[in-house]
Amino acid sequence: MSFLLPLTFLLPLAGTLLLSLSRGRLGERASAAIGTASVGLSALATAALIAGYLEAPERQVVTLWTWVSVGDFQPTLGLALDGLSLTLLGVITGVGLLIHLFAAWYMRGESGITRFYAYMNLFVFSMVLLVLGDNLLLLFLGWEGVGLCSYLLIGYYYRTAANGWAAFKAFIVTRVGDVFLAIGLFLLFRELGTLNIAQLLERAPQLWAEGAPTVELAALLLLGGALGKSAQLPLHTWLADAMAGPTPVSALIHAATMVTAGVYLIARMHELFLLAPDVLLLTGVIGALTLLAAGFAALAQTDIKRVLAYSTMSQIGYMFLALGAGAFDAAIFHLMTHAFFKALLFLSAGAVIVSCHHEQDMRRLGGLWRKLPLAYAGFVVGGAALAALPLVTAGFYSKDEILWQALAAGHGGLLVAGLVGAFLTSIYTLRLIIKTFHGEAKSDNARHAEAGQGLAHGVPLIVLMVLSTFLGAWLTPPLAGVLPDPHEGSAGWHTALEIVASLVALGGLALAAWLFLRRRKWLAEQTSQGWGARLWRWWHHAWGFDTAYDRGLVRPYWRTVHALRSDRVDGLFGLVAIMVRMTHLGLSWTQTGKLRFYGLSMVGGATLVILVLALVR
Amino acid sequence: MNGVPLDHALVLASILFTLGLAGLMIRRNMVFVLMSLEIMLNAAGLAFIAGGTAWGQPEGQAMFLLVITLAAAEASVGLALLIQLNQRFKTLDTDAVSRMRG
Repeated sequence: MSFLLPLTFLLPLAGTLLLSLSRGRLGERASAAIGTASVGLSALATAALIAGYLEAPERQVVTLWTWVSVGDFQPTLGLALDGLSLTLLGVITGVGLLIHLFAAWYMRGESGITRFYAYMNLFVFSMVLLVLGDNLLLLFLGWEGVGLCSYLLIGYYYRTAANGWAAFKAFIVTRVGDVFLAIGLFLLFRELGTLNIAQLLERAPQLWAEGAPTVELAALLLLGGALGKSAQLPLHTWLADAMAGPTPVSALIHAATMVTAGVYLIARMHELFLLAPDVLLLTGVIGALTLLAAGFAALAQTDIKRVLAYSTMSQIGYMFLALGAGAFDAAIFHLMTHAFFKALLFLSAGAVIVSCHHEQDMRRLGGLWRKLPLAYAGFVVGGAALAALPLVTAGFYSKDEILWQALAAGHGGLLVAGLVGAFLTSIYTLRLIIKTFHGEAKSDNARHAEAGQGLAHGVPLIVLMVLSTFLGAWLTPPLAGVLPDPHEGSAGWHTALEIVASLVALGGLALAAWLFLRRRKWLAEQTSQGWGARLWRWWHHAWGFDTAYDRGLVRPYWRTVHALRSDRVDGLFGLVAIMVRMTHLGLSWTQTGKLRFYGLSMVGGATLVILVLALVR
Repeated sequence: MNGVPLDHALVLASILFTLGLAGLMIRRNMVFVLMSLEIMLNAAGLAFIAGGTAWGQPEGQAMFLLVITLAAAEASVGLALLIQLNQRFKTLDTDAVSRMRG
């Protein structure tokens, strides 16, 4: 069985190599077939692994070879499989397969489809390596690999300059976090002498007492990396712009898998974080702040995909909140259900966008529910899961678990933030559905919508719809023994919290229905003048973080660069170049091609030599 | 040592050499350029002969034989170039073939 584990990442790698070495000779269908099949086979291998793990749940380690060997520093190319990485592996290959399949419909007729699938397979390869790596260096390799693929795929439509800048932004902002992570790895290696995760977590409690400054610092640095990758405050600004990529990319990378890598990292290193309670609390607070800030920002977006992007930030905020409350299994459970329903929402959004001839502004859509029944169903089911509609949706069970764990751990503030966030989630979700699917069609693109056809369009949507309902919540991640046991609490309080959370979600939906169906004119008036307009603009620009970073960091940087461009020291070295150039010009002038001139210069030279000899003697 | 004094022979050789050199530098017609070269070679040969006679040594005449050989080789190569120049450019002007200037 041990050969299955390497197969999960070797197959997507083989797909990437095959596609990129074809030099564009493969057609659209062949590219899509190779790209999807490699992930499909990888998903099959994962299914076999899951079946094997359910029979005999024990940690498997497969060491392929020693990667580097320098003194004590001997990271291996080793894969470790336990309940946590298995859950992530299932999400990556399973949801990844559905998204690859959907992309065959979404991307039809686009140019460079081979490139698209090569990048997507490379992404799956890196992501699988990230979750399977048994040492932090291999994890870091996958971490950087997914960052690279994210960059490449955001800038997929590279003919538009704005997409290139969005890709730049995503790469640079996450790089800030990655630097923290790298320094964290250096620190851990210096202090503990290994990067192997199992050894690391074994040695850390022996060396450090709870709350020791070094372990707090190490945890803080890892948290920095997680914040960048998972788009949490203050490194969250890249995610909304990352929507410039094709929609399946947003579904796979910027909703289901890559952005949750930070959650995985913290859950994987949870023993370290438990030694640093202050940093763990900070994780929860950042999660709560992000979940509120992104929730408000999502209320004032006009682009379907940007609403979903802010909603993703907000939901990952829930996961960080859970991590901060010490409920690691709840965070991973929410990660899984979120991957299902957010991928569903993104794919449905993709279906709407393609059907409406690449119109993604909600102000120009509307009245689509009759024309695009499948996409509408996807939005309703996914939206219900996102808003955590009680009992019938997957999102309800995972979100409820998070809130309950926050309460049981005694974090009242986090609980309140989570409830307010749930209220906001309901409002913006219903606003998204009403604006996109109800009312009148507001543009020709929406009026002439053509519903998607075919298996590649329908199957992923339907499978994800099923997984987003309570059926998806039955897939309990096998996390016992890997992550600490959840907090216990009285069942009475749990039921009370479930009822409160349900009421909050339903209240949000009711308020949104009243606002966006009955009081539309009043709302439009309020948001078009005075304080309402100002607030709307502020939220629309997501609290002005972009402007602040632009003024505080980007522009000073550009100014410095421009100042350094006319460098005096550089001018000195430029002088050498100028002299060489002058000499060249002077010497090339002597090459006249005239025989008489050459004779003359020979005579002149000979005379000069004789004169010099005569005078020196 | 009777007959022509060494000084006279050397002065004649210098005059011939200067004439040839001036011709080489001034004339554009390749025929005249080759002729000037011949004159310069012969001027050098004359200086060898005069020197060999003055010191009673045979090497001066041996060198002159070498100079004649060299001149013959030079003339054959030069005339071949001349014919090529005439055929390809329909001219004898050496400045016409300056296309490869730097």
